[in-house]
Amino acid sequence: MNLRILYLLLAIVLTLWVIVPIFLIATLAFSDRSSVFAWPKGILPQQFSLETISFFFGVEGVGKAIRNSFVVAGLTLLFALLLGAPAGYALARYRFAGADAYRVLILLTRAFPLAILAIPLSVQFIHLGLYDTPLGVALVHTALALPFAVLVTSSLFLGIPKELEEAAWTLGCSRIQAFVRVVLPLALPGLAATAIFAFVISWNEVFAATLLTLRERTLPAFLLTALNDSPLPFRFAGGFFLIVPALVFIFVIRRYLFTLWGIANR
Amino acid sequence: MRSERYIPYLLVLPSVLFLLFLFAWPLVEALLLSIRGAGGEWTLENFQRMAADLYFKDAIKYTVLLAVVVVPLQVVLALCLALLLGGISKGRDLFLYVWTIPLGISDLAAGIVWLAIFTERGYLNSFLQALGVIQEPRLWLSYETPAMLFLAVVAAEVWRATAIVFVILVAGLQLIPKEYGEAAEVFGASPWRRFWKVTLPLLTPSLQVALILRTILALEVFAVVVALGGRNLPVLAGEAYYWYNAYQNPGVAAAYSVLILGISVLATLLYLRLMRSREAA
Repeated sequence: MNLRILYLLLAIVLTLWVIVPIFLIATLAFSDRSSVFAWPKGILPQQFSLETISFFFGVEGVGKAIRNSFVVAGLTLLFALLLGAPAGYALARYRFAGADAYRVLILLTRAFPLAILAIPLSVQFIHLGLYDTPLGVALVHTALALPFAVLVTSSLFLGIPKELEEAAWTLGCSRIQAFVRVVLPLALPGLAATAIFAFVISWNEVFAATLLTLRERTLPAFLLTALNDSPLPFRFAGGFFLIVPALVFIFVIRRYLFTLWGIANR
Repeated sequence: MRSERYIPYLLVLPSVLFLLFLFAWPLVEALLLSIRGAGGEWTLENFQRMAADLYFKDAIKYTVLLAVVVVPLQVVLALCLALLLGGISKGRDLFLYVWTIPLGISDLAAGIVWLAIFTERGYLNSFLQALGVIQEPRLWLSYETPAMLFLAVVAAEVWRATAIVFVILVAGLQLIPKEYGEAAEVFGASPWRRFWKVTLPLLTPSLQVALILRTILALEVFAVVVALGGRNLPVLAGEAYYWYNAYQNPGVAAAYSVLILGISVLATLLYLRLMRSREAA
């Protein structure tokens, strides 16, 4: 019984360790300028104010950067699913020579430092006309999200009995019809989770986005390059705004988290 | 059924082409970029300039030191979290959700969050003032306080990226059949012994994955450091960024990226070797 309480206490301490910093940045983001610079600070917010947040959104370039972030993340999500889901389906449903080699290739890509992709690509993208475009950034982000998309969708399709599909074939469905009418509806929640995961990967990525853009910054790239010559309220509001989608997305995909990582690492 | 043999290849092909375009090609280009001069001649000039740079030694030192300090901390903490989760019945889902929140938080955001704590008029100084340790705000993140800056980066990294290790370990724990632990219990093994003799050895594959993945990611640490200390704490990925962006020198930037890859590969091989010899023993 005492052990239970000890466990619970420990768990609460570790929960506070995660929560408190988020709470603090939220407090700063929703307070006025004078409380951001106040000394000494209390843990609890002094007074609620939208001054800092509205200042952040009023800074020139922030709106465009947010728009770019959404475009890049949307494209990444689309590419990752369109390229990854078919491969995942192939891994789940067929035995074919080279399947293992393909899995190794997918795992290898995760061991790549981003710098080694971003630097040569930004040089090459200038020649290809992809430099400083949302499409160029989305391509690199897809490279990061694709391995996940393949492995997750493969485990997803493995979980849908093949018999269902075969039954549809015997009832006169073509392969494609059977997939669209039988498999797809069952796989939809998992596919949505995969898509959200790809979105978050792209939304959060800063290194490649900074190197590959100049004017068409994504939000993290914009924040990073503005960091050194921007006031603290701007940074705190930006940091908080970056976190918000994360909170929502992790909540939405929490059921799939372990499929995402448990399988993705084998 | 004969005509269907090509189907899986057709399904896999687009992603293979894409990965070749975005991994194999840049890798070759990065190598070429790092060993070619401005006129296209073969040279080691980029690496020499990199090694002669003022920030180079510190960048290597801090990057490796960060990985060495951060990764074990994350693994131990994640292991505690994963085992704790097994001992909780009420509110398990809530704890699970909260503990995995950092998975969705970017390194840049994490850096900014901890900046709010370590900055001059931040929460740490306010806390120390309330305790009576200090009267005036103190600077923690300047180049004159590298130890404290380092500590801030460690805190931010442990805060942000322990969740990845946690999820990998929980997934690994789920794969271990309950019967093993129960059998050990029947034979009178204490919880502590069960952990060392049953759980941990069976968890080795997951630990290996988590260690390798986290080490590779730790070696590319970038935005956390930039957000907290700018260039006061130089790291390899940061140097690659500055050489590319500020100095407009892709050659030296590529040399840095090749160096990061080299260290990552070395670390991975080291892990594989150590883990294998432990399994054999």
